Amino acid sequence: MSEMKKIKNLKEFSTSADRFEGANLLCPGCAHSIIVREVLNATNDDLVLAASTGCLEVCTAVYPYTSWDASWIHIGFENGSTAVAGAEAMYKALKTKGRLKQPDRNPKFVAFGGDGASYDIGFQWISGCMERNHDMMYVVLDNEVYANTGGQRSSSTPIGASATTTPAGSISYGETKNKKDMMGIMAAHHIPYAAQVAPNKWKDMVKKIQKGFATEGAVFINAVSPCTTEWKFDPKDTMHLTDLATDSLVFPLYEIIDGHELNITYRPKNVVPVEEYLAAQGRFKHLFKDEYKYLIKEWQERVDANWAYLNRREEARV
Amino acid sequence: MAFDKMELRDIEVWDGNFAAAQALRQCQVDVVSAYPITPSTPIVEGYAKFKSDNYVEGEFVMVESEHAAMSGCIGAAAAGGRVATATSSQGLALMSETLYQASGMRLPIVLNIVNRALAAPLNVNGDHSDMYMVRDSGWIQFDAFCPQEAYDLNFIAFKVAEDHDVRTPAIVNQDGFMTSHTAQGVHTMDDDTAFGFVGEYKPMNDMLDFEHPVTHGVQTEEDWHFEHKARQHNDMMTVVPAKIDAAFAEFEKLTGRKYNQVEQYDMDDADVAVVCMGTSVETAREVAKEMREKGIKAGVVGIRVFRPFPFMAIADALKDVKAVAALDRSAPGGTAGALFNEIAGSLFNTDSKMLLSGYIYGLGGRDLTKKHLVDLYTELQANADAGKLLTKQQQYIGVRGPKLAYL
Repeated sequence: MSEMKKIKNLKEFSTSADRFEGANLLCPGCAHSIIVREVLNATNDDLVLAASTGCLEVCTAVYPYTSWDASWIHIGFENGSTAVAGAEAMYKALKTKGRLKQPDRNPKFVAFGGDGASYDIGFQWISGCMERNHDMMYVVLDNEVYANTGGQRSSSTPIGASATTTPAGSISYGETKNKKDMMGIMAAHHIPYAAQVAPNKWKDMVKKIQKGFATEGAVFINAVSPCTTEWKFDPKDTMHLTDLATDSLVFPLYEIIDGHELNITYRPKNVVPVEEYLAAQGRFKHLFKDEYKYLIKEWQERVDANWAYLNRREEARV
Repeated sequence: MAFDKMELRDIEVWDGNFAAAQALRQCQVDVVSAYPITPSTPIVEGYAKFKSDNYVEGEFVMVESEHAAMSGCIGAAAAGGRVATATSSQGLALMSETLYQASGMRLPIVLNIVNRALAAPLNVNGDHSDMYMVRDSGWIQFDAFCPQEAYDLNFIAFKVAEDHDVRTPAIVNQDGFMTSHTAQGVHTMDDDTAFGFVGEYKPMNDMLDFEHPVTHGVQTEEDWHFEHKARQHNDMMTVVPAKIDAAFAEFEKLTGRKYNQVEQYDMDDADVAVVCMGTSVETAREVAKEMREKGIKAGVVGIRVFRPFPFMAIADALKDVKAVAALDRSAPGGTAGALFNEIAGSLFNTDSKMLLSGYIYGLGGRDLTKKHLVDLYTELQANADAGKLLTKQQQYIGVRGPKLAYL
């Protein structure tokens, strides 16, 4: 069992030795790099990392450069999860056979994927990894859109968002489908630990990541990752957008242990109206026309209902 | 808990699948990541049973699709250990994206393909359409004609693939059912001898070496992609063939069983020859022998190594032959079958006056009978005597209904 890294304050946290280098090609204001650093900096243990094809991958491993000062692999769009599962299987095999080069280490196995790679094309692969309960962590960098390919809708794109394949227009308000409940689906695999996190709430995030690393078995993390390019906000406002996401309860922060024990881990003191979250993003701009204002009302009702549901789940302990 | 060794008789009665499973056990594969599909399933079932009975210490990961199976193999191989799996047909089709990734990342995985037709129409029986589909995937491809060879070639595949000058994944093909489910006498090696041949896995750029972090599977665009692919291909054609020959030679020294990239039967003075793969090679040898008794100088060329294609050895084997039939067990979807094209390409710009005709046969498990081959050799002899093709250049063997031919 490895020792948990002690983090006293944000300064200490943000100046931890980086294994994800600042030299990368991600957009200014992209939340991906913030989330990745928070995950990696939560531990001092060795890391075996994977990324599915997507923004993170194409911006951090362009030959002959790499932004990763840790073992890292990319195979394809759908199989980042299984890449790490395969590596974890090899670790177990070599441990059994006494062939590890550094047998005293306690490596952590982590795969990153965008929502397209996770909610859509890689869904089956992740489900397989969770069901088999590999000792690994899967982290979704959830920006609710295929950002790397230029802004197409995914099954994580919420109602009313304008995406390039569901564009708002004279007779359309954009995406018409509800965001997929990935947390619920993953928890239904009865994995030991699943959690939703946000980069602004870094203490909550680190606590959950460390809990995940201390867990034996499969861990699923869904991280909200505001996308300056596709959500259409000023790159300097990334943390502001994340604050709006968590404080409006559009992205509630909670964890589910063993598929049933749900704990809400952040209760905003002042809940922000969903309208403010929507108004801060260009992708929802059209919703503020008179004919679509009913959608904003429905949005608020949906978020309220989900919050009530999570509270009931927490209270019921089932 | 140490694993147990298995006492084998000198000759065991094994089908091709079990022979391959035994080879994986004796090579002490570290990770098998697999998904079942007919007719290759018994290979990974065999490995699973060996694990349940403490004959292997490796990990067996039973994943949720063939694509995931090879994805897991890639992750495991990049972590740094010996990796293998098996599949057939539709499974290989689903897996095919990752085959290019494995070879491009230079990861020495061994894949047993039990050859089976590709749907539609759905068919579980043997042909070579799956083998041909991944022809250009950058994998070394060996072809076994019988269970003995399915056993032997697995050791050779690991030996070649894992060589640090090669680092290229390798496929061992065997015919679905005709080899995979037909039990024959298989000469075995004892466990220590067998493992001694492949040796302990020597990792390179392994993700589990935390003192030397490594980035696998990078992006290259127009600035570097071509250099990577050209070097990969050039290594395949210039480095790999000599390594295969060396492994064949070492294996012969150990077992007395001799393999060649191009297997020649009665080719020294042959006027007519059939070139084919899989179980058909053995049938053709029998018929060639009988044709000799009738005064026709018949020979057989079996393709042991489909990739890298042994173009020099083929050109050498066929240089003095008058009429040659290329037998392709896959519908080309274009003009001619892969073997026809490879043979033609190997002899082009040489002094050969060979008359080459192509035949599509055996699709979906249709038998290639001795009678078919007698007719074929007779047809080749007529071509040789006439000094020109008397038939269409591209024909079908053993298909019912009106005779189909073109070109």
